[in-house]
Amino acid sequence: MIRFLFNEQEFTLDECSPELTILEYLRTVLVRRGTKEGCASGDCGACTVVVAEPDGERLRYSTLNSCITFVGTLHGKLLLTVEHLQSSGQLHPVQQAMVDLHGSQCGFCTPGFIMSMFALYKSIDSPSRSDIERALAGNLCRCTGYRPIIDAALSLAGRGGQDGFSSHEALIGARLRKIREDHPSGSLQLGDHRFFVPASSDELAAQLQAYPGAQMVAGGTDLALSVTQQLEQPKVLIYTGAVAELNAISETEGSLLVGGAVSYTRLEPFLQKHYPEFGHLLDRLGSLQIRNQGTLAGNVANASPIGDTPPVLLALGAKLHLRSGNRCQVIGIDDFFTGYRQTALPENGFIEQIEIPLQPEQLLKVFKVSKRLDDDISAVCAAFSLRLEQGIVTEARLGFGGMAATPARALNAEKALIGQPFTERGIEAAQQALGQDFSPIDDVRATAEYRLLVARNLLLRAVLEQDQRYASQPLEVVQYA
Amino acid sequence: MPNPSTRTDRATGQPRAHESATKHVSGQATYVDDIVEPRGCLYAAVGYSSIARGHIRTLDLSGVLASEGVVDLLELADVPGHTDIGPVFPGDPLLTSDEIRYVGQPIFAVAATTELQARRSVKHAVIEYEAKAPLLDVTHALKELAFVRPSHRMQRGDARSEIEDAPLKLEAEQHLGGQEHFYLEGQATLAVPGEDGGMLVYCSTQHPSEVQKLVAEVLNVPANRITVDMRRMGGGFGGKETQAAPWACLAALLASKSGRAVKLRLPRCDDMPMTGKRHPFYNRYRIGFDLLGRLLGAEITVTGNCGHSPDLSDAIVDRAMFHADNAYFIPAVSIDGHRCMTNTVSHTAFRGFGGPQGMMIIERAMDDIARTVGRDPLDVRKLNLYGGPGRDLTPYHQQVEHNLLPELIEQLEISSDYRQRREEIRQWNRSNPVLRRGLALTPVKFGISFTVQHLNQAGALLHIYTDGSIQLNHGGTEMGQGLHTKVVQIVAETLSVAPEQIQVTATRTDKVPNTSPTAASSGTDLNGQAARNAAIELKQRISQCIAEQKGEEIDTVRFYKGRVYWSDSDSISFAEAAQLAYMNRVSLSATGYYRTPKIWYDREHARGRPFFYFANGAAVSEVVIDTLTGEYRVLAVDILHDVGRSLNPGVDIGQIEGGFIQGMGWLTTEDLKWNAEGQLISNSPANYKIPAISDTPPRFKVALFKRDNAEATIYNSKAVGEPPFMLAISVWSALRDAISSLSDYRISPDLDTPATPERVLRAVMRTREARSQKGGEP
Repeated sequence: MIRFLFNEQEFTLDECSPELTILEYLRTVLVRRGTKEGCASGDCGACTVVVAEPDGERLRYSTLNSCITFVGTLHGKLLLTVEHLQSSGQLHPVQQAMVDLHGSQCGFCTPGFIMSMFALYKSIDSPSRSDIERALAGNLCRCTGYRPIIDAALSLAGRGGQDGFSSHEALIGARLRKIREDHPSGSLQLGDHRFFVPASSDELAAQLQAYPGAQMVAGGTDLALSVTQQLEQPKVLIYTGAVAELNAISETEGSLLVGGAVSYTRLEPFLQKHYPEFGHLLDRLGSLQIRNQGTLAGNVANASPIGDTPPVLLALGAKLHLRSGNRCQVIGIDDFFTGYRQTALPENGFIEQIEIPLQPEQLLKVFKVSKRLDDDISAVCAAFSLRLEQGIVTEARLGFGGMAATPARALNAEKALIGQPFTERGIEAAQQALGQDFSPIDDVRATAEYRLLVARNLLLRAVLEQDQRYASQPLEVVQYA
Repeated sequence: MPNPSTRTDRATGQPRAHESATKHVSGQATYVDDIVEPRGCLYAAVGYSSIARGHIRTLDLSGVLASEGVVDLLELADVPGHTDIGPVFPGDPLLTSDEIRYVGQPIFAVAATTELQARRSVKHAVIEYEAKAPLLDVTHALKELAFVRPSHRMQRGDARSEIEDAPLKLEAEQHLGGQEHFYLEGQATLAVPGEDGGMLVYCSTQHPSEVQKLVAEVLNVPANRITVDMRRMGGGFGGKETQAAPWACLAALLASKSGRAVKLRLPRCDDMPMTGKRHPFYNRYRIGFDLLGRLLGAEITVTGNCGHSPDLSDAIVDRAMFHADNAYFIPAVSIDGHRCMTNTVSHTAFRGFGGPQGMMIIERAMDDIARTVGRDPLDVRKLNLYGGPGRDLTPYHQQVEHNLLPELIEQLEISSDYRQRREEIRQWNRSNPVLRRGLALTPVKFGISFTVQHLNQAGALLHIYTDGSIQLNHGGTEMGQGLHTKVVQIVAETLSVAPEQIQVTATRTDKVPNTSPTAASSGTDLNGQAARNAAIELKQRISQCIAEQKGEEIDTVRFYKGRVYWSDSDSISFAEAAQLAYMNRVSLSATGYYRTPKIWYDREHARGRPFFYFANGAAVSEVVIDTLTGEYRVLAVDILHDVGRSLNPGVDIGQIEGGFIQGMGWLTTEDLKWNAEGQLISNSPANYKIPAISDTPPRFKVALFKRDNAEATIYNSKAVGEPPFMLAISVWSALRDAISSLSDYRISPDLDTPATPERVLRAVMRTREARSQKGGEP
């Protein structure tokens, strides 16, 4: 069974379809219809709800897309929806601000915006405009043009997140901890379909052995689309989010070790510290709702050619700590992607940790090119890790997404860079060599021609950004965002 | 009682919050999918074609019927009444058993115990097709004269010879992409069967009366058996004008067949491929102009890609033609409009209704002229505006009256610092190795009225209850635009009561019959007047009654701030007045009706006054582009817009901002793509990108131009729904300006839309090539 709090009420679920999403559960089982379905694919945010978990004496509130989150992931958490925000008949401050500043027109996206604004209100006291954009980039509004919504969020500055929830946070935290102590792991079943919430790495390894073919939910923001879009009914789902070991992040001499269940949101401050370019990429990876759920390991294991983090991990030469049953192994990321959505992950295996080498002397450049700044999939994603000695390239690793059937390095271009000055002239051979490295395809996002041209131009951008003559000038339009 | 001439109780003109705002923010606003279903309700899903053109060879639905939870199935042969639901002209089969004309064409519908069961069952259909190569390219369709409706021409003067004689000539063409509505709430209907073959249909539609008519026709019952109820839509934008009806008809047919309530809600992944979009257009111009850049003659052709059927395309291409002049006087002009047939969904109404596509060609011409004569595009635009002696006649012979654009543009030019910014940008562009900035000011002049005459009418129904509370109903539908908010303000002002006293109800065909769609920006103009007329009627009856009861002349009775006065010192509350009227057997229920005056149009001769008035505005947009990737940001937008006397500045500014951003999406990131088989590949929000929050420009200043409408519209306001959409043309023009800077503003680059980063980069490359061929400086 799984246990969670729905506002102040404790719910226990046992027999339940494992692929039931939180949105379906709210709208069809509980008939709570304040939460809306806009797309059922995690792209519009109309279904945004908030989950809270204990964080010291307080609660940490995070948004998620209920349309692509399985109800089993709620084990040991507090679920809040738009219906819960009013307290003693009064609108919540974020609700009142949206009314006062004309923040809703048709109103259909509004519950989702309210929940994202509520989580922001509880997390950052006086958010800047870019904080607001980050918090709301996963909520689409087709009516307002967003200006009044931004103004509503700005108007809430300086209230310290005070609201009707503030007084019972300690109590709620204690109740959640009690649930987790009583039931560290959880499960759901319906017929021979199962959803597992293991609490330890050993438990996870054993379940994967016992249910070959089980699918892992490491965020599940892509996996869930097979349920909501292709209407598949997976037999066994195993959620990694409650596995203690997989939630660890550690910094050692020379490397950052990221557990397989660490969300992008938890990872981001570590990346900002060591690799700000990588950290900024995360701001444009999906939306906050996605980053609160999605994991680095999930992005790697998913092996999509358009995943945003694999190119960077390729450039940085990350290592993957894999486990299957009791067997553990470490492999370099270069050997992991074996074909379109194929990997070297052993049967019934999982990613325990991702080891990111910390090489402060390396120059890292990361670029993402897409139609839209927020929450879009890259036409091209590029990450360059270079060592320059007196202006000459001595080491080069170039990782690309959107250029081939897998995330891939540009080996010919790397070779062409070595020994050359890192100048417009010096990169010309490498730019040409990209044509041997990649034969990209035409698709809905871009043509092959554009992808190759942009890949070449991004090398040039890296050169210009190193050029002292332009040090004080903006060279990317995202610097205006 | 205070002197009525200095009254301070005006309900209109206040920035009241949306009437449902509190419900929106708390999750209490009910949309069709939120209505608690009647017991035994079934859920429907639709099976549709996966090929674009051909025939069905065999159709085997046994697997569908055998699928878990399936209760009923509907095929073409099961439809008792009409099977063509074309809204104006035939051509839209509800279901097909034979010919296929587009991917997404409905073939059958199924009802099951749960929505997921219904959707899963559809996958068990076995359909074999005989496929033919689809016609997808609009230029091929034009060559083959594959039209859904006949072509049409407007002209004034002899454009050809004026162009021949002009000192300078240009010709150019452009392709404009369509647009997915992406209303956040997908199409949805709940049909509940009733007595006598009747049906209560809850439907998310901008046109309840048409849904009523079509449901009656497919069920083969009189219209009086069908009631359509529409409280609110989660966005419409034109996409629920005709596109709501098929799903309502299918739900009603399944409900009738099964005897149970049926809900049919299109999930996004079905809604996007199955519903019509904004028309892509292919436009051309040939123009002649003088050395200053003044237009002398123009031959313009606008060609709408209509998809497989006429739908509303006759009127949409007409409106493109009516707006191919935008704000500019063309001394001699001909405008041809074609309506091409292609094998896609039937393209349909979308905010602007062809107007934006028409304006784009003349705005392209303005920039092109400026580059040719070496002037700032703003100067060329100002030179060509309507105004001055003999320069006030449109290509359809309507006189442009009360023309305020020259003054409005002048104000905006100053308030936006256009000239200083222009100079600063020129300088800046010389110094950056990668980025270029661009600036543009473009105007909008948009004709207000349905160009289909008979639609310019509306009705309302107003009840006053004995406790003084008021119930208001009218023919317009609420899709977020604030129509109900404004109509409440209008009635409150007419009766001088607090808006809180007035309850708006769902739009229902049994309250106000034979309504027009809420479209053409006309919702408030028409329904506001109708509601006001109903309020005036009731006010008159109550006044009469009080005058009689108090022995006063009717002229002395006044309504003020919730009270009714018959002298300076004697008054009763509005509720007491209502009670008094009731006790004296006075009816407290009235209908109101309105039809737009002055308008007429002779389409055969393309001449008349199709528009009651014009709504105007102008925008200045500034962008920055990346010449390495084509990426860009919109940095600053200044808008000055004419809404006449604003009924609600909060709502109006919301319409202007929202319309602008939606227009910007159309012209920039919203990229509809079909593959060679005619399948829509931009079929989800993962690959079709409407503007998100970071696309809102950091500087976004919107002001209202303060002038009452000179025509007698409702409290001298102007319509606001569509006109601001076209202010976004300034973004496209600014992108071209930034690209043109690479040639020192000598080359006017082609930039088809949407101007995605890829298209911008291509234009950058071509401009650089052309510059080096011309041997110009960098």
